[in-house]
Amino acid sequence: MKPAPFDYARPGTLEEALQALAGHPEAKVLAGGQSLVPLLSMRLAAPAVLVDINDLPDLDHVRVSADGVRIGALARHAAVLRDPDVARVQPLVPLALANVAHATIRNRGTTVGSLVHADAAAEMPMVLRLLDGSLDVVGPGGRRTIPVAELYVGPLESSLHHDEIAVEAFFPALAKHTGVAFEEIARRHGDYAMCGVAAVVTVDGDRVVSARAGYLSVSDIPTVVDLTDALDGSISDASLAAAAEVALEQLEPETDIHATADYRAHLARVLTARVVTAAHENAREARS
Amino acid sequence: MTEQTHQIRLHVNGVEHEAAVPARRLLSDALRHDLGLTGTHVGCEHGVCGACTVLVDGQPMRSCLMFAVSAAGHEITTVEGLARPDGELGPVQQAFRECHGLQCGFCTPGFLTTITAGIAENPDPTEDEARDMVAGNLCRCTGYQNIVKAVCRAAELARSGEDGAA
Repeated sequence: MKPAPFDYARPGTLEEALQALAGHPEAKVLAGGQSLVPLLSMRLAAPAVLVDINDLPDLDHVRVSADGVRIGALARHAAVLRDPDVARVQPLVPLALANVAHATIRNRGTTVGSLVHADAAAEMPMVLRLLDGSLDVVGPGGRRTIPVAELYVGPLESSLHHDEIAVEAFFPALAKHTGVAFEEIARRHGDYAMCGVAAVVTVDGDRVVSARAGYLSVSDIPTVVDLTDALDGSISDASLAAAAEVALEQLEPETDIHATADYRAHLARVLTARVVTAAHENAREARS
Repeated sequence: MTEQTHQIRLHVNGVEHEAAVPARRLLSDALRHDLGLTGTHVGCEHGVCGACTVLVDGQPMRSCLMFAVSAAGHEITTVEGLARPDGELGPVQQAFRECHGLQCGFCTPGFLTTITAGIAENPDPTEDEARDMVAGNLCRCTGYQNIVKAVCRAAELARSGEDGAA
């Protein structure tokens, strides 16, 4: 349970960090390391070089404006979670963050690191996808913005190039007349969920004009499903059941040591109904 | 092949230590093997059990999920640093003794460090908040009832200590 040897670089500027990555296709960036270090210790990954970016304080920021939340690559989950402006502008971010591992892990782990790790069992990649956010990366060619629709390409695989560093994530603000909800089922709160679902619902009066749900731990990559048509404008037992079936057509629950595929599908159905109902309620409260 | 080592300074429990470690040395191993501070226990080594929890700049963190080279320059507190300066037990240690919060004792160092930071942030936790505070730590003896009691008792002791009664 010890990592294989690697070369270690701890650059003091972003330029030096990019230089350390350049020419090392096997290099990895280390920020919080709360997902990376276990992978190294279990020897599921053995990068030749680790580039520790913890000495780049410019990346340690959380900026909130009317259009959304910008989270720097060194902002720890715990700092984002306790920022009252984040909760005001995009409440789904803290709702989900409260389920990211345990408080001790959140003290070190970074939100951007979790996004780049691209784990379909993790909360934040799914939330970024559901909110249609983006990730800014810097590479030898300069800075570019990757829309989340182009970010996740496979299990634990993002579309970042090996010589790029993720510097900032953008979570768009909650739209008007819109509510959010998040729920997941794990054997122990804070452990990887067997299934988790978030919903974003927009209303006109009581009528649902848009409903989308994001799913974790039931697909290879974070999956978002549009439930608007299935709900047909209203929340009822029948419309929620129809919405869950539409979602399950897009999901690929699998059996593992923690849960069978059937049980995961069951959780997805139950949680879809719960979070869509809760997000609808949240939207109506926001309206009044 | 000989592995490159890094000369680092680790500030642990108020004492400066020097060590030469390979980059892959986990902080938990550096504390135990390079510094001889074996109070920090190593359990699962992938961040699940919490036995290796130490305070880094006052915040609980998993020492098995940090490299020693990354910890250089930070203030680290291990379970050895939780006693009072005169050697008497600190409030969390005393509460564990009073409430029988330790059974085999293996997970105890991680609980003590986690709770020390927890009651500094929330000096008067409810029972539910106490449970939440220790939720990231596993006790294989399943001694949780008494550990939760110990959290509340430790908070009480720490509060009375601040009043000068201790």
